[in-house]
Amino acid sequence: MIKTKDRHPMSMFLNICMKIAIIFTVGILAFLIGYILIMGIPNISPELFAWEFTTDNQSMMPAIINTLIMTLLTLVIALPFGIGAAIYLVEYARQSSPIVKIVRITAETLSGVPSIVFGLFGFLMFGIAFGWNYSLMSGAMTLAIMVLPVIMRTTEEALLGVPDSYREASFGLGAGKLRTIFRITLPSAMPGIIAGVILSIGRIVGETAALLFTAGTVASIPSSVFDSTRTLAVHLYALLNEGLYMEQAYATAVVLMVVVILINWLSNRIAKKLAK
Amino acid sequence: MSKISIQDMELYYGDFQAIKGISMEIPENKITAFIGPSGCGKSTVIKSLNRMNDLVEGCRITGNILLDGVDIYKEMDPIVLRKRVGMVFQKPNPFPMSVYDNIAFGPRTHGVKNKAQLDEIVERSLRQAAIWDEVKDRLKKSALGLSGGQQQRLCIARAMAVEPEVLLMDEPTSALDPISTNKIEELASDLKKDFTIVMVTHNMQQAARISDKTAFFLLGDVIEYNDTDELFSNPQDKRTEDYITGRFG
Repeated sequence: MIKTKDRHPMSMFLNICMKIAIIFTVGILAFLIGYILIMGIPNISPELFAWEFTTDNQSMMPAIINTLIMTLLTLVIALPFGIGAAIYLVEYARQSSPIVKIVRITAETLSGVPSIVFGLFGFLMFGIAFGWNYSLMSGAMTLAIMVLPVIMRTTEEALLGVPDSYREASFGLGAGKLRTIFRITLPSAMPGIIAGVILSIGRIVGETAALLFTAGTVASIPSSVFDSTRTLAVHLYALLNEGLYMEQAYATAVVLMVVVILINWLSNRIAKKLAK
Repeated sequence: MSKISIQDMELYYGDFQAIKGISMEIPENKITAFIGPSGCGKSTVIKSLNRMNDLVEGCRITGNILLDGVDIYKEMDPIVLRKRVGMVFQKPNPFPMSVYDNIAFGPRTHGVKNKAQLDEIVERSLRQAAIWDEVKDRLKKSALGLSGGQQQRLCIARAMAVEPEVLLMDEPTSALDPISTNKIEELASDLKKDFTIVMVTHNMQQAARISDKTAFFLLGDVIEYNDTDELFSNPQDKRTEDYITGRFG
């Protein structure tokens, strides 16, 4: 078989450029993961997973559990608002209305604000004005505000991507607006919405700056949502910052990566279940 | 007696007047075809018959449209109306779910929960749409895996599952191959026993083959509305004659 790239030097050149780009992209990721695994895995020991954190064992177990609680709590707060706002913008608001424009610009601006600014705001708003101090709740509220635009924008895009012919068919059968949204539009948009949720989870799990000021750094499992906690990423930051526990830090990084992959896999499974 | 009566209907999209005061009587248990060149307003009129134009921003209608003597814009809830006046669209638009769920969506919307009853409605609708034999073994599989012609018959079955009185078809065969088109045409001729059918078509042969009455639209106006045989063999208006003999359009 004759291929174009074998006959035209320019095609050949572009083909090579493309391959270099692919190798480069995949290579960086592979190197990063490989490096962390090689440095981290030998340092993983049972005592790193002890239920109680002490200065001796530097256990990350409380941090793992806190990360899961933090992720769940943040999503529970942010999802209804984000998805609700997106449904309003796409399904109810007049597309030409100024409100839609203002909300979109606001969301875009919000998603460009550095996380440390959210941290300062959360500290002043939830920590001081609301009197929640350093707590799981302050952290989750701050993170919820951070991921809200991400969820809203991705849900909006997903809803806009649902062909109008589905809506027409549903209305044509005598279904009302609510039924059309919940039975037809949202299920069709589910893969896009889940992509937004996964992105958000990535931000929540990886966030440190906004949490240092709001959730604090106490390395134990909180007894209520108004106790201070430390997530895995903050734990990793603390270990690095102290400079005494590099081995544990690498091991923690491995676990952090595994947790992120697990959460992504799980949300994908849930998405597939919901889409049915 | 006429099933649908359109009286002095005008329709505006914003400032643009799309329909210029038309009146017509659509008879029960007959196929009425709307023909005319693109942009002449035939799709707009058919969409007004079950108020699908409500979804279009800035769309405004004056005049009356009566279904069995009741004004559908002033005296009827659109949900009730759309249950009585079903619609099949230009492009097949099955929902991204199983064949069974596609058909059951309408009845479920109107409160049918009983499994046995739903099973029965699904089978009856699919048989009516002459697609039962092709899909009976794959009711639980996605409807998107069907061919275009099968999808369109599925959409017809879906529309019939809510037991409407009128079936609106907006160019139902324009996206299909000749064999599927033929099947849909046979189906429409079969269905007029039980339904009143209004069909928009670009294809004059199709109108001549299957319809009982034909309306010729031009620039938002009905130029001529008559029995199909009469309209095609002995058009009264010069413009109708020019169109059906292929001089423009």
